[in-house]
Amino acid sequence: MLHRESGVFKTSYAADMALYPLPIARATIAAIVLLFAVVLPLVFDEYYLAIINLVLIAVVGALGLNILVGYTGQISVGHAAFMSVGAYTAANLAVKLGLPFWITLPAGGLMAALIGAIVGIPSLRIKGLYLAIATLAGQLIIEWIINHTPAISGGAQASIEVPRPELFGHQMRTQGQLYFFLLFFAALATLASLNIVRSRIGRAFVAIRDQDIAAEIIGINIYRYKLLSFAISSFYAGVCGVLYTYYLGIANYEQFQIGVSIDYLAMIIIGGLGSILGSILGAIFVTMLPIVLRLLMEPVLSMFYNSGEMSAVISSFRLVLFGGLIIFFLVIEPEGLNRLWRNIRNYFRVWPFSY
Amino acid sequence: MASKRQWLGVTGLASVLALVAGAAMAQEKELVFGLQCDRTGATQTVGVFLCPGYHDYINLLNSKGGIEGYKIKVLEIDNEYKVPPAMEAHERFKKEGAVLEGLYGTPQTAALNKKLEEDKMLGTSPGFGTAAATDGKRYPYTFPIAASYWSQGAAAVSFAKKQLGGSLKDKKIAYLFYDNPAGKEPLGVLEDLAKSEGFELRTFAVPAPGVEMSAQVLDITGRYRPDFVITHLFGRAPSVSIKELKGKGYPLSKVVAFVWGSSEADIKAAGGFGVAEGYHTIQFAGVGTDFQVIKDINAMYQAQGKPVPKEQEISVLYNRGVMVAAIHAEAARNAIKAKGGAKPTSEDVKNGLESVKGFTLGGMVPPMEVTPEDHEGGGWVQVWTVKGGQLAKDGEWFQAYRDVIKKHLAATN
Repeated sequence: MLHRESGVFKTSYAADMALYPLPIARATIAAIVLLFAVVLPLVFDEYYLAIINLVLIAVVGALGLNILVGYTGQISVGHAAFMSVGAYTAANLAVKLGLPFWITLPAGGLMAALIGAIVGIPSLRIKGLYLAIATLAGQLIIEWIINHTPAISGGAQASIEVPRPELFGHQMRTQGQLYFFLLFFAALATLASLNIVRSRIGRAFVAIRDQDIAAEIIGINIYRYKLLSFAISSFYAGVCGVLYTYYLGIANYEQFQIGVSIDYLAMIIIGGLGSILGSILGAIFVTMLPIVLRLLMEPVLSMFYNSGEMSAVISSFRLVLFGGLIIFFLVIEPEGLNRLWRNIRNYFRVWPFSY
Repeated sequence: MASKRQWLGVTGLASVLALVAGAAMAQEKELVFGLQCDRTGATQTVGVFLCPGYHDYINLLNSKGGIEGYKIKVLEIDNEYKVPPAMEAHERFKKEGAVLEGLYGTPQTAALNKKLEEDKMLGTSPGFGTAAATDGKRYPYTFPIAASYWSQGAAAVSFAKKQLGGSLKDKKIAYLFYDNPAGKEPLGVLEDLAKSEGFELRTFAVPAPGVEMSAQVLDITGRYRPDFVITHLFGRAPSVSIKELKGKGYPLSKVVAFVWGSSEADIKAAGGFGVAEGYHTIQFAGVGTDFQVIKDINAMYQAQGKPVPKEQEISVLYNRGVMVAAIHAEAARNAIKAKGGAKPTSEDVKNGLESVKGFTLGGMVPPMEVTPEDHEGGGWVQVWTVKGGQLAKDGEWFQAYRDVIKKHLAATN
């Protein structure tokens, strides 16, 4: 085998609490950091970096939604609205007060967390589909307020143009520069989630998800932790919205409508509820699969059709394939891509033996 | 320890992409036009008719030898009316060396404005995006090339004035609009005109998704009783508005609709041309199949032994696609001529588009004049009225209240 899990002795508390206790895991992480920080930006041109950038933004949002839906078991279809709260907070601060991104970004996240906690209040009384409807109301109310409050939305167009993020006087504007900007925050978000879910807070979330009454009996303050879950999840959403705003250079509420909330729910369900890797895999799957399908279909179909006919065929066929693949993956593994990956990994872990 | 191998997946997928894209190498004497469309998203009912018109016109040009010896390759990407795919499409067009791109969708146009400018890529947004994009100084690479909502609002008021006997003094006009940024955009212009023309304006907002407006229409027909109604609706909403206004006894000959409520599809969905008799529509491209260019397209299809495209049934939208393609081609032609036959860049095509003038395509395209300051081309529209089972032309191309529009443009800076 490539690596052994035995013989790793922990002799200090720090070693016991390490995020990656196995040497091979640390080596893999180092390799991934190298890949993302050095290799990818050197190898890929702007187009592929643009696709990765879209994935990185989606990763932040999906991680946040998974903390709420996957770990705490509270359904929310208002995720996109929290993104818009973050986006408009940051845009207003950046334009009206001229603040830099390292202030507007956490500010957008905090504002979203506050609004998220308020929208989460019904979760203290209701569960499941009822909560979904309550958060749906939150989504629509937030959309309406932004649309009808010029002080927030910046006028009839409800869009605010934001300057590019600046670091040490240098503007980040090309896909390559924005890649590092987004990569930093996506990595930070991943690291933070990995640590949240193995902390006291994360354990409390899981306890609430599995049986809230039992959780209350063992001393978890349900009131506090449910709202905290909403707040953390919305913080991620807000940051995702801010990243979007800086990436596009504009905050526009039409980019954060109900359909986007559904897209993010799809990401975490396909990826795997209650897993960090699942959020990332789901974000990659939902963002990249339509693009990859089209790129694969184009050379094949261009042999049979002219450009007009081909566009119509690709659009429709891509939907069929996309839907079909989602069903396929969920049928072979209902717990999502994360579980699929774990099955594969567990098989190879003891390969060539069966257990 | 979970979050690692999935990155390998990304690399794997991405390397597949690299191979595929490498296969699609551009040939010599070929220009690439990027086209964003929505065939499967929220506005697919528009896209499936508009985009085929675009392709058909370009195919017609190619069958006649292209533009000044250059064949055109259209690369269409379906953005599903979502913003992330629109960004991906833009980067793809850039990678493929497109000299221009047709944008699709208002949020998509808003999201790409800045990128277009940074990448020096020409983008057109007919009927989408903000009216402020008319100002070529502020948005140098975004071209509405069709009447903005401001111009449409001004044209609607001017049309109402004509219909009501030349004066709007002490008249009442109702504005029934979809409650989103696009719907609210012309409000400022309408309010200004209400003051200068002396009419009373009352607005009636229809919330999304716009299929329920009986309360608003009852308010209009029963309580407010306006002399004229201007509607600015999207999707299913226009057909509902026709049905509701008709059902509550308001004469449709006193209703004028903005460009996204004006296709044959809206009229058919409202119960057919018989029901909508008298309904006025604002158009930024010619309507119907009685144009030489449409006959040429049909002749091309017949020569290939194929049936005439069925998308022409909704000629309002199909012709808009033809018009956008024709203006793109004209801009490229100007650019190639200016360079003496050399292959133009996007910057050259931008200059070519800024010198489009007197190009009417047999009456299908308005007599627009695009300049570096005016990317809208003058805000020309035509009114077509439902008459005897079809849309009939009600007057020639016109523009209205340009001074008011200019004032609003200056105020946005």
